[in-house]
Amino acid sequence: MKIAVCVKQVPDSWAEKKMVNGLLDRESVDAVLNDLDEYAVEEALRICEAHGGNEEGGANTVTVISMGPERATEAVRKALSMGANDAILITDGALAGADALATSAVLAKVISDGGYDLVICGTESTDARMSVVPAMISARLGWAQLTFASKVTVDPAGKVAITRVTEAGVDEISAPFPCVISVVEKINEPRYPSFKGIMSAKKKTIAQRDLAAVGISSQSAWSQVKDATPRPARAAGVKVTDEGNGGEALVNFLAEKKLI
Amino acid sequence: MSNVFILADFAGDKASKTTAELATVAARIGSVTAVVFGDAGKGAALAATVNQGPIANILVVESADFAKHGVPAVADALAQLVKSKSPAALLIASHAFGKEVAARVAVLTESGIITDAVDVSADITATQLVFGGSTTVQSRVSNGTPVITLRPNSVEADLSSASPAIESATAEISNAAKHSVISSSQPPVKGGRPELTEANIVVSGGRGTNGDFAAVESFADSLGAAVGASRAATDAGWYPHSHQVGQTGKSVSPQLYVACGISGAIQHRAGMQTSKTIVVVNKDPEAPLFDIADFGVIGDLFNVLPQATTGISAKKS
Repeated sequence: MKIAVCVKQVPDSWAEKKMVNGLLDRESVDAVLNDLDEYAVEEALRICEAHGGNEEGGANTVTVISMGPERATEAVRKALSMGANDAILITDGALAGADALATSAVLAKVISDGGYDLVICGTESTDARMSVVPAMISARLGWAQLTFASKVTVDPAGKVAITRVTEAGVDEISAPFPCVISVVEKINEPRYPSFKGIMSAKKKTIAQRDLAAVGISSQSAWSQVKDATPRPARAAGVKVTDEGNGGEALVNFLAEKKLI
Repeated sequence: MSNVFILADFAGDKASKTTAELATVAARIGSVTAVVFGDAGKGAALAATVNQGPIANILVVESADFAKHGVPAVADALAQLVKSKSPAALLIASHAFGKEVAARVAVLTESGIITDAVDVSADITATQLVFGGSTTVQSRVSNGTPVITLRPNSVEADLSSASPAIESATAEISNAAKHSVISSSQPPVKGGRPELTEANIVVSGGRGTNGDFAAVESFADSLGAAVGASRAATDAGWYPHSHQVGQTGKSVSPQLYVACGISGAIQHRAGMQTSKTIVVVNKDPEAPLFDIADFGVIGDLFNVLPQATTGISAKKS
């Protein structure tokens, strides 16, 4: 099986973020591998391990695919140190400010040229939080969409079954290869890179490609931020100490605010 | 007047309040057409429940493919309707299903997309709250038919009764949309409580519950509230992960959010700080969440909540 995992480098979710000229200022914050993509990397490795592993020269490979600035090699390297085989990083100045549509077009082209059986993604990035890229990649490639999976079962003969969990309920869905899968948080416990993993990741290949090498022209974003305003910080209100009537004080507050 | 599409949103076999919210916002832009996708023979019954909000027309498409293939089939059909009727915009509810349908329609119709809007103006400018609600952003789509997903519970719905004209339409579902097959569907388990993201009141428990959510649940039930949990509580296995509020869980924006035994890491705040009123109960006076609370009680939730629950029940009787 050839598996591709799409990952994104995002600002650390603990960092304070701000907008500059209608775009997220990514320069001034620490950047990390998107938390939710670690579950995708882990799931790809587990699928391989269940079917003979992803040792060099074996039947299975996990390729990490990412789009971002050169700095994104750090996030890609983390995925490699978990155990992925190699990586492709699409870096091009023309992609700065790319929206989800442009991103999905670039990723779909790279995936289509790579001849993968499965693409695995996290459900969303912790910066944009749109949850749309896996569906867009599926629509562009005409591949099956198996998203929001809390369980993935792969038959290497060419079939995948997932349990999809959303606010609308629980669905059992299956499809033949090739598929685009997204996995929810908590589908697994992502491994910490071992010392050996970190050392061997330094020797793994990260193929950097610009748009010309990918063979696609840049598409400008089809939605624009017209205005971004920091919201005023919430001021702390009344604070009381419970001396036996804290619950009553709470009820009085709710009644005053006409919330009950 | 221009025509605007909304994708009618259903809870089970009835139109949800979100449908009326979508219509309320869409009516600022133009005359509202609600699009209803139903199983063969079931469309008319579904359409009959779309009876609240400023909706002028309903387009009904029936096919067994919608239940069998889910998101890709609905998106295929919706994209065809958008192409043939050229609405001024398409508004869809911002949940997993809605966002994925929007994503595919945007690709298929070569249109720009904005997700998680909390409001949309008459000139189709969307308002979003980003970075955990710390920044307000105004955005516009510059290509194709603006595809915008609206967060449930963000706007006051016009719930006046509607008697829209119902018309049926057809759509061809492509083979690419039929690759995946849904073999079974279970509706969400309802514990008699409202859905977390749509609830007017949310009561959440965290590390301070020590795994005992009984006091949190009783208090929530006295208010008719949904129950949420912090990541610490779901990681510990105390409450289902589907109830997690925060950066990597659900974002909620209710009229009232009551955080019980939650210290308030930035990831939790990211999921709740746009709530209209915030109440915090915590025995640690230094808990950072007190800084954004409209009302805080420094005390043990196992004393404060039962007393408040009794107080509310007494007021109701």
